[in-house]
Amino acid sequence: MNKELRRVSIVVLLMFVALFVSTSIIQVMQADALKADGRNTRTLFESYSAERGPILVDGQAVAESQPVDDEYMFQRSYPGGELYAPITGYFTLNQGNAGLEGELNDYLSGSANEQFFDQLNAIITGQDPKGAAVELTIDPVIQQAAWDALGDQQGSVVAIDPATGGILAMVSKPSFDPNLFAVRDTEQVISTYNQLLEDPNDPLINRATNKFYFPGSVFKVLMAAAALEHGIRPEDEVPNPARLTLPDSTNEIGNSEGGSCGGGETASLATALRLSCNIPFAQFGQQLGYEAINETAEAFGFGQEFGIPTPVTASEFPEPDSEAFLMLQSFGQGEDRVTPLQIAMISAAVANDGVLMQPTLVEEIVSPDLEVLQPFEPQELSEPMSPENADTLTQMMVEGVANGAASNATIAGVDVAGKTGTAENGGDDPYTLWFTGFAPADDPQVAIAVVVENGGGLGQSAFGNQVAAPIARQVLEAVLNR
Amino acid sequence: MRPVTDTTAPVATERGTSPRQPITQTIRIRLREPARARNIELVLLLLAIVVAVGAIVLVQLGVNGRTDDGMILLASLPPALALLIHVALRVVARDADPFLVPIGTALNGLGIAMIYRIGLADGAEGWDNSGVRQIVWTLLAMVAALATILVLRNHRVLLRYRFIAMFVGIGLLLLPMLPFFEAVNGARVWIQIGPFNFQPGELAKIALAVFFAGYLVTARDSLSLVGRRVLGLRLPRARDLGPILVVFAASMAVLVFQRDLGTSLLYFGLFLVMIYVATGRASWIVLGLVLFFGGAIVASQTLEYVNGRFTAWLSPFDPALYDERGGSYQLVQGLFGLGNGGLVGSGLGEGRPDLTPLAESDYIMSAMGEELGLVGVFAILALYLLMVSRGFRIGFTGQDDFGRLLGVGLSFVIALQVFIVIGGVTRVIPLTGLTTPFLAAGGSSLLANWIIVAILLRLSDSVRSAPRLVVE
Repeated sequence: MNKELRRVSIVVLLMFVALFVSTSIIQVMQADALKADGRNTRTLFESYSAERGPILVDGQAVAESQPVDDEYMFQRSYPGGELYAPITGYFTLNQGNAGLEGELNDYLSGSANEQFFDQLNAIITGQDPKGAAVELTIDPVIQQAAWDALGDQQGSVVAIDPATGGILAMVSKPSFDPNLFAVRDTEQVISTYNQLLEDPNDPLINRATNKFYFPGSVFKVLMAAAALEHGIRPEDEVPNPARLTLPDSTNEIGNSEGGSCGGGETASLATALRLSCNIPFAQFGQQLGYEAINETAEAFGFGQEFGIPTPVTASEFPEPDSEAFLMLQSFGQGEDRVTPLQIAMISAAVANDGVLMQPTLVEEIVSPDLEVLQPFEPQELSEPMSPENADTLTQMMVEGVANGAASNATIAGVDVAGKTGTAENGGDDPYTLWFTGFAPADDPQVAIAVVVENGGGLGQSAFGNQVAAPIARQVLEAVLNR
Repeated sequence: MRPVTDTTAPVATERGTSPRQPITQTIRIRLREPARARNIELVLLLLAIVVAVGAIVLVQLGVNGRTDDGMILLASLPPALALLIHVALRVVARDADPFLVPIGTALNGLGIAMIYRIGLADGAEGWDNSGVRQIVWTLLAMVAALATILVLRNHRVLLRYRFIAMFVGIGLLLLPMLPFFEAVNGARVWIQIGPFNFQPGELAKIALAVFFAGYLVTARDSLSLVGRRVLGLRLPRARDLGPILVVFAASMAVLVFQRDLGTSLLYFGLFLVMIYVATGRASWIVLGLVLFFGGAIVASQTLEYVNGRFTAWLSPFDPALYDERGGSYQLVQGLFGLGNGGLVGSGLGEGRPDLTPLAESDYIMSAMGEELGLVGVFAILALYLLMVSRGFRIGFTGQDDFGRLLGVGLSFVIALQVFIVIGGVTRVIPLTGLTTPFLAAGGSSLLANWIIVAILLRLSDSVRSAPRLVVE
């Protein structure tokens, strides 16, 4: 009987081992995933009753929690309002979070792994746990300047410090008031959400990172970089007709001004960029081939989803079906799709001697006892260009502002490198107007991308230089005047 | 018992003149020992009382931020009764195992605190709070345990009533199927008498354990030696097989008609283990598992609720299953609770265990995991394991086979029940509704488990007080 008993004892022991293992797996290994599950209302209740950390811009709160006398103990409010809504997002009781409120929820609510000992300390000392503060890289002056410069237009402005990748300004219009979500009444939250969702102007979308646009001519900066990186020199020339029929197609393309590219039998890469000519770029694209352009595009960040830390939609330069489409894509039409942040990253990399830094909104995350939990050191993403080529391209872009198609970005006494864009959206749809660039050209402090939707209210008659470049100039001036 | 060898040394010189001396010596020392076991029990019991009462105080501080003296006084009654059991044991079962009562008291106290805590979260005070009802049930259960210890002076009398136990057990098991009892949560395992819900199946497990032990002790020789070999398995004679088939049929009836997979699994597992221990034939295990899993597979194909449990077990996070009525919502909520508890838990009264449906009964382990963390879960599991091992100890060291089998059976039933319900909550096996012994809300479960403790105490006393050492 003892032999059987021993075997049964082993079975019992194994049963308990299974329970020890299963609880360990759930409570330790899967704990983070379970907390992150959107259906886990505990996480939300928990983060509501803890003092949620603030989101700070230059020490001033743009999102903060204040004590109130009800069961949740704290009320979230957004002093940053519409200006910062695309960045902060919103925090609701149980209807999901958006923006940094969602992405950094673990830190803000104090439940991140780094805060484990703080939690333990809070449990032992009986104090209420507090969330960590998130300090942004945003400069409030530049953010306000970008907001004001964009005026009543729909669109976005992104400004990046090229050397660090820190995002200095990120504006998306139209925006929304996140305070509308900071209410207890779930029904009200849902109705607010649905109302904003149905708004045809998409106020809930952060245009800077999550809306696709045709890049139009701002794509030519990337094309010029690809050309330089693959052996083409600024003075290298291609034929310069006023109209060009695409291969195996009856479609003709023209330059934006209608005629040839600045006159002459041939046009150089430098001239094509300065005057923003489509036909020469279509031919350079044909010469380079898809693989070469795509290599440079990917080095600039195309095709990769990443976070700042909120998720950024990956810009697209898909493989075309035919040479004709490759030529269209070579001047930013066809199947090219970009986010404003991606365009700003291209300028930032050119400004930073060809080195692309990881863009980020977060300067640091600081626990309530002022311990830095996440410092966010500047991080190199890739080197899409050699320093020499970056320098060459900078000169070409400076010419574009000084003597070319981007003249409205001119600032007295400062060399501005820039490129405009006027993207067609097909049919009678109004154009998308662009500007990207950086300043000062010799010691870049800021790289910028501006996009204005709906042709700036001017339909198909406006150009990027007319609408987007002046907006960019105001933002660049705000940086230079700091 | 060891001191005997030491103390024989000095008297060895006198052995020549008085050979009976060592035996007298042995008896004297043996009589000193019981006090040691009871003293250990007292120390452990005081610890358990600190845990039980401390948990209630922490719950009140956690939920309300203040203490409620009336409730603390009420929650101190079960520990007081446990002390009374301790005193009774000093008189009537001095050699009984010193771990069982403290473990039962600690687990029971933690359970009361958690049930009370979940009741508070729902705003229930006084008699409406099932924690208060749980205290009353605990008192009843402890009185029943005390009565068992006092009345049942020798477990061997149970052997005589084995067939009565069988009929009582099966009767209790099938009682809820009588037409005037209604199904609760889809399972017909409850009967309602006045304001009380009662789950007779819980008590049936004691009756059936008694029957199995008695029947197997008397029939094991014929079961293990007589019979024909078919396909390498030795099949027993039909008349020996009869009771086994009756039990199998009853457990399948529970599965099919009462829609209670857990109870059915519990009884069948209990029976298999006991028959294996009694006969030493692995073929019984094989036969039993084939029968059970055969039945379970048929059931999972034909019975929708069994099938639903399976799919929920395999992919609980599937949104369709999560939203489905009777789908995986509860299972996932329980996992969320455990996950939020993490390593150290939120602290008693600081989490949200009330978000999980049935957190006070089937899902109490998830509530424990949420507020006490993995550390607390491990401690509770360790307490169960210790309790079960004390029962198995009776099996290893007991003198009579009936007592050994009964001890093993009763402690295995605790182990299996813990495994089935906690394994279900933590996705080791498909979820089946069973109460967690001592922790979960439910009077019948408490009553049954405290009676089991009483029987184990009685069995362990007979082990220890048997004069084994005299022969040395």
